[in-house]
Amino acid sequence: MTTGTLGPGRPPAAPRTPSRTGPRAGRTAPRPSPSRRPRPGRGPRYRRPDRLGALGAAVWLVVVAVPLYYVLASSLRDKSDYLDAGPLSPPHHVVLSNYRTVLDSGFAGYLGNSILVTLSTVALVLALGLPAAYAIVRSRSRFVSAGFSVMLMGLAIPAQATIVPVYLLITRLHLYDTLTAIVLPTAAFSLPMAILVLTSTMRDIPGELYEAMTMDGANATHVLRALVLPLTRPGLVTVGIYTALGSWNGFIFPLVLTQSDARRTVTLGLWNYQGQQGGINVPATMAAVVLSLLPLLAAYLFGRRHLLSGLTAGFGK
Amino acid sequence: MSIAAPRRGDGRPGALWAVPALLYFALFAVVPMALVVGLSFTAWNGLGSPHWAGARNWTRLLHDPQLAQSLRLSALLTAVTWAVQTLICLPLGVWCAGHQRSRAVLSTLFFVPLLMSSAAVALLFAALLDPNFGLAHTVGPWLGVPDGNLIGDPHRALWTVTAVITWQFVPFHTLLYQAAARQVPVQLYEAATIDGADRWRQFRSVTLPQLRNTVVTSSVLILVGSLTYFDIVLILTDGGPGTSTRILPLHMYLTGFSSFDMGYASVLAVLLLLAGTTLSLLVVRVTGFRRMASQREGLS
Repeated sequence: MTTGTLGPGRPPAAPRTPSRTGPRAGRTAPRPSPSRRPRPGRGPRYRRPDRLGALGAAVWLVVVAVPLYYVLASSLRDKSDYLDAGPLSPPHHVVLSNYRTVLDSGFAGYLGNSILVTLSTVALVLALGLPAAYAIVRSRSRFVSAGFSVMLMGLAIPAQATIVPVYLLITRLHLYDTLTAIVLPTAAFSLPMAILVLTSTMRDIPGELYEAMTMDGANATHVLRALVLPLTRPGLVTVGIYTALGSWNGFIFPLVLTQSDARRTVTLGLWNYQGQQGGINVPATMAAVVLSLLPLLAAYLFGRRHLLSGLTAGFGK
Repeated sequence: MSIAAPRRGDGRPGALWAVPALLYFALFAVVPMALVVGLSFTAWNGLGSPHWAGARNWTRLLHDPQLAQSLRLSALLTAVTWAVQTLICLPLGVWCAGHQRSRAVLSTLFFVPLLMSSAAVALLFAALLDPNFGLAHTVGPWLGVPDGNLIGDPHRALWTVTAVITWQFVPFHTLLYQAAARQVPVQLYEAATIDGADRWRQFRSVTLPQLRNTVVTSSVLILVGSLTYFDIVLILTDGGPGTSTRILPLHMYLTGFSSFDMGYASVLAVLLLLAGTTLSLLVVRVTGFRRMASQREGLS
């Protein structure tokens, strides 16, 4: 059994802006020029530069850059240097001892916990979300589309509001103070967005490709493996990034569902560290902030485009 | 033609494929939502088992002096963050969408705060706002606060918290507007130029109408999101000084996990759920977002 007309290789790549080029082009009618992808870039190229816009951007640049510079510069200086020279002066001499202090105080363990929680959450969300999205797009069952509607309502729920019953549930499952306790609700509240993104990616796969495969007698599993999975890869990356960011930065579930130092995640570790210092050792606290940000920053430098599109996933294209 | 088609090769997944995800979501999201309503009629300190308490927690709502203040603070925070963020993010996003290389480089920097957790942002600003050693010492006098005590003064703390929240979330909404502004067909601008429209006129007559959906999306996210600003306030002020920044989500958390009064915390949680649902339904109704969204998603 082969994939027949599709040939031996991979199916063609999905169009990147399918809302206007795909089969549903006619439905997004209000926009003009439906046939072509609009060229990026705003407006004609004026001869006069946009002074007002540049001024506004410069102001925001200061607002963003000063705190970021402050974190980095403070983390690289002595405590006494910080207190003497004022917050914004460059470090007298650059030291790495703050990072050492932070890592020795147990922060390495927190990083490990966060990595474990993040990877497990992403794996769980993808494992549950992919088949569900596939069923939502391809199955004809009423039950499935009703379930999808319930999930979409989940997008508007503030997770905080369910923290008391989630706490009850986790203690009754005897999972209190485990990393699993963090993963379970975090994954549940990431699931609606994941399924929304995956279904919209799958809907962009042309129907003829599905038909071609089923004509050859492929069953649902085979279609998923040979057609849907390769064409949904951008959506999977997006979901992975979105979920990973949410669970790395998650605060309320670790706060309420864990207790011991050995189960602490990075965000809790940060807060706890500040508490221990009583706000005194600013350079060390800032080093902890940089450490918590480092994995994400590395990801940002290498995959900025994926990361940014992952963040706005599901909120319109 | 379906008569001739063999049943065997239907090739569509059955409903079973969606069952694990739906069950999972039901257990950890839908059940808790129902449970929180049930728990609001119980007394529970978080350790033993919840006891039935009737409507006692609900009548307490009427006598909670903190509630009125928390509601007022939350409403104020929501309104101000919505207005300020929209006013900053829309023009900034449109500017970032420009084709110049310098704009692309700056945008990269603008989006870095997106990566930071609320905990990290809160610690950063806790240090910056320290009236003795932080930047507040220098900046305070410019803002008419000679002692630099921006965060420790009950009259200023909420405004300071609002500013920090704005700093944290402006990048995200700017990103939304940037992505949307890049989708505006360039032909529209060309036509406007031929008609002699200047830059401001083009922004008003072409950009703004084209960004309508994004304004709605961003507003829903800000309004619903404002009910979840909890971690940043907890770390930055812990609701203080006094109770001057004890917004509703924080009031709920502290009632439940600091005073161990889970029953009353559940009442407050129900209020939060109601507020979230009402706010998003309201925006959806007013703007017809459901229609636009379903058009885009092809939900049927």
